[in-house]
Amino acid sequence: MYAQMIKSEETYEDPKKLMAFQARIDDGDRIEPKDWMPKGYRKTLIRQIGQHAHSEIVGQLPEGNWITRAPSLERKAILLAKVQDEAGHGLYLYCAAETLGVSRDELTEMLLNGQMKYSSIFSYPALTWADMGVIGWLIDGAAILNQVPLQRTSYGPYARAMVRICKEESFHQRQGFDIMIKMVNGTAEQKHMAQDALNRLWYPSLMMFGPPDAESVHSEQSMRWKIKINSNDELRQKFVNQTVPQAEYLGLSIPDINLNWNERKQSYDFSQPDWSEFFDVLEGNGPASVDRIEARQAAWEDGAWVREARIAHAEKKNMAILAAE
Amino acid sequence: MNNEWPLYEVFIRGKHGLSHRHVGSVHATDSQHAIQNARDVYTRRNEGVSIWVIPSMQIVASCPSDKDALFEPSEDKIYRHPSFFQIPDDVEAM
Ligand SMILES: [Fe+2]
Ligand SMILES: [Fe+2]
Repeated sequence: MYAQMIKSEETYEDPKKLMAFQARIDDGDRIEPKDWMPKGYRKTLIRQIGQHAHSEIVGQLPEGNWITRAPSLERKAILLAKVQDEAGHGLYLYCAAETLGVSRDELTEMLLNGQMKYSSIFSYPALTWADMGVIGWLIDGAAILNQVPLQRTSYGPYARAMVRICKEESFHQRQGFDIMIKMVNGTAEQKHMAQDALNRLWYPSLMMFGPPDAESVHSEQSMRWKIKINSNDELRQKFVNQTVPQAEYLGLSIPDINLNWNERKQSYDFSQPDWSEFFDVLEGNGPASVDRIEARQAAWEDGAWVREARIAHAEKKNMAILAAE
Repeated sequence: MNNEWPLYEVFIRGKHGLSHRHVGSVHATDSQHAIQNARDVYTRRNEGVSIWVIPSMQIVASCPSDKDALFEPSEDKIYRHPSFFQIPDDVEAM
């Protein structure tokens, strides 16, 4: 998902405290910043919330590229609002991570030096306007499936950030689907663009949920801590089940010859994405990986003078107030 | 990196005559800046009619370990709730 392959940290602490902590989680209690928590819980959460936040921020880039090229003023305004929401999502999540004792600058630096990752999906380029449709429809759609259950996650600030985010995601998915409806009812060329975008982004969308459960080594501890609620395969299946009828409505075909309704399990059978590609992309070798980090690096460097100037200005103002007293 | 903008806590009053409620935090260099950032981050959909910000450093919070000392004394005073009292059925609305 937005946080993939999050390694859970083991915890070697007072077994009594650990048991009491687990009991709180099992009771459905929320853990708050000042409460005692195992070191592993804190570290895993920093990694997970940090990666989620980075994904929101990096996720602005493929769509941001299209703001100036949106086909109408209305689409431009809508896309701008959508991208601004994603910035907001990043900020809610950085706030949540900061309550765990890491600073925003530290998180940014870890993204830039490769210590922290962002979702594999944003390492794919957005080549045509139809990609704006597929991103909203599938990527925000996948994000919703992951984020809705996280509203019940055990860490209070994370859960509350998710509540805010979920309120805004539905607009994202619908504006994407609305673009798709327009495209498939347009010229043959537009319909072709829509199909092409779906072809390119289908498997990367399936990868968003992370590797198959059998290979998902860190899930168990995270599920016990309720910072992961559903398994990867469970959410992926749900995503396929809900998306296929939508594609049918659009008259588009999912690029998978093995896609079939399975009467017995009341679900679709479908092909797995190429998992070696996923691991490669996560390592920073996706088609747009270098661009993404370069863009973030440039934003960080180009913004340095603003960050410094504002501090200098505030200090000067404080000096003036002190002098006047 | 010690040059990070300080953190402010943000409280917003919704439309319906409610109290200001904590919604999250923003980084800013002064209070005016904090209000501008809070507006952008927390009120993109008419969520509020008024914003309060306060430097996070200025918040004084109770300690989780003091929970019992602070809150337990009120637990056994159930007579503070109206449901403690049985009002005869013949007595109407009270
Ligand atoms: Fe988002
Ligand atoms: Fe979104």
